[in-house]
Amino acid sequence: MNNDGRYLRLTVLSIVGFSLILPIFLGFWQTGRAAFGLFPALGRDTLSLAPWRELVMLPGFGSSLKLTLVTGVSATVFSLLLATGFCAAVHSRVTPGAGARMLTPFLAIPHAALAVGLAFVLAPSGWIARGLAPFVGWDRPPDLATVNDTWGLALIIGLMIKEVPFLLLVILSALTQIPVAKHVSAGRALGYGRGVVWVKIIMPQVWPMIRLPVWVVLAYALSVVDVAMILGPSNPPTLAVAITRWFNAADPGQILPASAGAILQVLIIALGIAVFVLGECLVRRVGRWWLRRGGRGLSTEPGLHLASVITVVLMAIGMLAMLSLLIWSLAWRWPFPQFLPESWSLRSWTNSSSGWQRALSNTVFLAITTAVLSVALAIAWLEGEDRARRGRAAWAEALIYLPLVIPQVGFLYGLNIAFLKIGISGDMTAVIWAQAIFVFPYVMIALSDPWRGLDHRTLDSAAALGAGPFKRLVKIKLPILLRPILTATAIGVAVSVAQYLPTLFMGAGRIATLTTEAVTLSSGSDRRVTGVYAALQTMLPFVAYLAAFLIPAFLHRNRRDLNGTIQT
Amino acid sequence: MSLDLTSLTLRTPSGELLFAPLTLSVPLGDVVTVMGPSGVGKSTLLDAIGGHLTHGFCCSGSIKLNGREISTIPAETRQVGLMFQDAHLFPHLSVGDNLAFGLPSHIKGRAMRRSTVEAALKQAGLAGRYDDDSAALSGGQRARAALMRTLLAEPEAVLLDEPFSKLDSSLRDEIRHFTFSHIAARGIPALMVTHDEADAHVIGGRCIALKKPESD
Repeated sequence: MNNDGRYLRLTVLSIVGFSLILPIFLGFWQTGRAAFGLFPALGRDTLSLAPWRELVMLPGFGSSLKLTLVTGVSATVFSLLLATGFCAAVHSRVTPGAGARMLTPFLAIPHAALAVGLAFVLAPSGWIARGLAPFVGWDRPPDLATVNDTWGLALIIGLMIKEVPFLLLVILSALTQIPVAKHVSAGRALGYGRGVVWVKIIMPQVWPMIRLPVWVVLAYALSVVDVAMILGPSNPPTLAVAITRWFNAADPGQILPASAGAILQVLIIALGIAVFVLGECLVRRVGRWWLRRGGRGLSTEPGLHLASVITVVLMAIGMLAMLSLLIWSLAWRWPFPQFLPESWSLRSWTNSSSGWQRALSNTVFLAITTAVLSVALAIAWLEGEDRARRGRAAWAEALIYLPLVIPQVGFLYGLNIAFLKIGISGDMTAVIWAQAIFVFPYVMIALSDPWRGLDHRTLDSAAALGAGPFKRLVKIKLPILLRPILTATAIGVAVSVAQYLPTLFMGAGRIATLTTEAVTLSSGSDRRVTGVYAALQTMLPFVAYLAAFLIPAFLHRNRRDLNGTIQT
Repeated sequence: MSLDLTSLTLRTPSGELLFAPLTLSVPLGDVVTVMGPSGVGKSTLLDAIGGHLTHGFCCSGSIKLNGREISTIPAETRQVGLMFQDAHLFPHLSVGDNLAFGLPSHIKGRAMRRSTVEAALKQAGLAGRYDDDSAALSGGQRARAALMRTLLAEPEAVLLDEPFSKLDSSLRDEIRHFTFSHIAARGIPALMVTHDEADAHVIGGRCIALKKPESD
């Protein structure tokens, strides 16, 4: 009986294995060969360490490496601290549903669009400087490098505005599984301050549930390309940006050191995760000793307030960044010290219409295709688990997270070589394929909890009434889970819209999407046109989220148990 | 003709034997009450008979329903109805569509199927509520609707898992009477798991106690 659905599970596993996991290994195989001197297309066919020597000798390598480590680690650590502190301060006052709704805009906006908006806000001629101008007496933009600064501060802030909300969402959903209010009261009754209770009682329970997402954030921050191009220092840039440049350099000889850099990028992430694991062990030991001392430490309240204030400021800057995209796209004349444009115009939209319409249609097509394919695969996977009446093995969970903890730049170029061999490079198929590798995990993670949350007694009842597995899926599960399924689809759309490297490498520069165009335009040229692309890029995920909210609300308008409170 | 269990044993995924081998015959029209300490596997016994065991649970022995061995066939073909403490009405369907969900295919034609459901709704005191949201029903109404849904599927046996434990005591007698008079009218075997001595007394049928196996 437990062999029910074996064929379904085998099919799903082979699709995931062959189309999502195998390409990663193929890509790494090709990249790895090039990193050790094997690149027949350039006549290099002897195994050697030369590419690594070339890599180390490349100008700016050392600074790039240092910059990557500093920005990646500090963005992750600060995001984690802020999210934890903010949760401790506000948790008792927001329901998980309200929290998720508040965070949605930050989760939906593509990284690159937020970065473009942030550059508008932070730049010497940006909104913050314009706001200060009347008080400080600036009549021209101050001579400060507030964006692309050599320390990577703008990059760190940009990453934090995206990652703090993500971690907040993850922590809030972990907290629903803990009797937080009772533990906090119990702790406070024993004389511990609120913040101390969080550190000593709540977080040790939360950490195992958020460990993987924190690693995902770390891996992302250490290897991000698009945000680092827009906000990070340009010369030398972070390692991931440098590698992308070397891969695309005019001199094909640079592909070999670039490949070595790509492999190094994997090692950096592995090292980063190892450091976090070591840190966890250390904290566990020291923490136990610290707990047993029983210090009441009532003085954490200022820390919580500080974390809340910084988080709120970051969110406010993020909102300004989103707003500025729209305003710039509609501005015509907007001289420096003025806070709002002097004249407005639709010309930026109409003049660039042929460009953005093509990019928009490509983006919409890619987003819908990858999201629908990913959701279908996720449903098939979850249905396979149901039919076997068993949970998910640890290795299967690891398989889902794998694409999220490896650097994109590490294997996409190698994968493109493989795609060239089978003749689909530069094709829509190649881009859909490469994007799906990253869209599927998010869709799967978003859908798993609500799917498992469905009471199996309801399904047993349907079976007892004579409904077979297919009827149970189509008539019971899919309708009841309509909202989470559409939410997962919207998340898939948001992830697809945000993809930069897969589109760039696999499309071989021939497939323009809103994201590739916005990143290209952001380095100079016209802010107003950049605003058009980034605003469109922001709107698409919003439309998807809105549809995911409105469609179930309409279809289930007469079904009280389905139409409101269930949040994913 | 009856529900016959022969040397039925259940093991948890960790290999622990849940209760001593069980042999039991429930004749048509009878209700047998199963009692026993919590954790002895009363609900798991019902899962085994209905075909709803979770992966890893191991069932041995024989389960025959009207002479047909059902222990190896899928739940949806066993024709064993289920009642829980919660009604588990499908939240996306109206009251009437919930009842219609289990209606066998030999009742043909839209009008015929609709009138069968309407008649059942009337019996449950829910006349005219076909199109209502199932979430709008009260606890007692939900319990009656769930029973009607189960019986419309024409089961050959019914399993009840603490069916009245969540109802107010004032409602409990009424629903208990409603449930058992309908089951008796069908003349099918029923097996009920309960903690409530009153359930067993009122029904007056046989009562068995599941015991932990001799430790081995």
